[in-house]
Amino acid sequence: MFDSIPADWIWGLIGGLVIGTGGAVYLLANGRIMGASGILGGLVDGSGRNSAGERLAFLAGVVLLPILLNPIYRPFSTHASENLAVLISAGLLVGIGTRIANGCTSGHGVCGISRFSLRGIVATVFYILAGGLTVLLFRHILGVI
Amino acid sequence: MQRKIFAFLAGGLFGAGLFISGMTDTKKVQGWLDVFGDWDPTLAFVMGGAILPMLIAWRLTQGRKPLVGGTFPERAKAETDSDLVVGSVLFGAGWGLAGLCPGPAIASLSYGGWPHWVFFGAMLLGMALTPALRRAVDGRGSAA
Repeated sequence: MFDSIPADWIWGLIGGLVIGTGGAVYLLANGRIMGASGILGGLVDGSGRNSAGERLAFLAGVVLLPILLNPIYRPFSTHASENLAVLISAGLLVGIGTRIANGCTSGHGVCGISRFSLRGIVATVFYILAGGLTVLLFRHILGVI
Repeated sequence: MQRKIFAFLAGGLFGAGLFISGMTDTKKVQGWLDVFGDWDPTLAFVMGGAILPMLIAWRLTQGRKPLVGGTFPERAKAETDSDLVVGSVLFGAGWGLAGLCPGPAIASLSYGGWPHWVFFGAMLLGMALTPALRRAVDGRGSAA
């Protein structure tokens, strides 16, 4: 029966379980919410300077593990856009938006929804809606991405 | 020191999971958002998979303290407000444009090539500018 389920979905589920386990470790051991934008943003604007070491250790893990896995895993392209205007405006929007909303897919999405947090659920609904409309507009109407 | 070791372990699991799940592939993320095109449901499996261990973890926090001491994060006192909605809409627009959110943007730095560094640089700039942007908006009295 598993022949009919695309491998990507199964890898997605396995990867998701590993992501959630990381969040569980960060919560149960350090008492912190695993939110990528908060951990990084606190270093960038200085609001998290008291916990800079912990933040840097987390980010080191995020960057390092894919380096170790890459050679033994099926290599893939990330299919990233090479359009500078798209990359820069997207990066600015993600940076500003996640800091104003105080969270992103990991903090509001994974950690918030699992806590039945209304803020996490509302944020997730709005960023998915905005993302869907953006793809509709820029892919199907304007043909930019 | 213990804090940093657990943080490194958590970050490593996060980075490995993002890599294994394919969520650093912008095509899969944009495919999830592309309801009117060739829709790709993989992201829902990743989200579902990630929420499961966290459901258990939140349950385990009840009546306990974090391993290294301190207290668990309290529920946000703030209700949903316009910052949450406006910020999430801006974030979602950028997410849709490039197919990258902060976690995968960091996890893909070693192998994604130069476009990922351009996105990452712009994201850091956006994060750095936000406090000043917020002051400017609040100063005009137009913020909620």
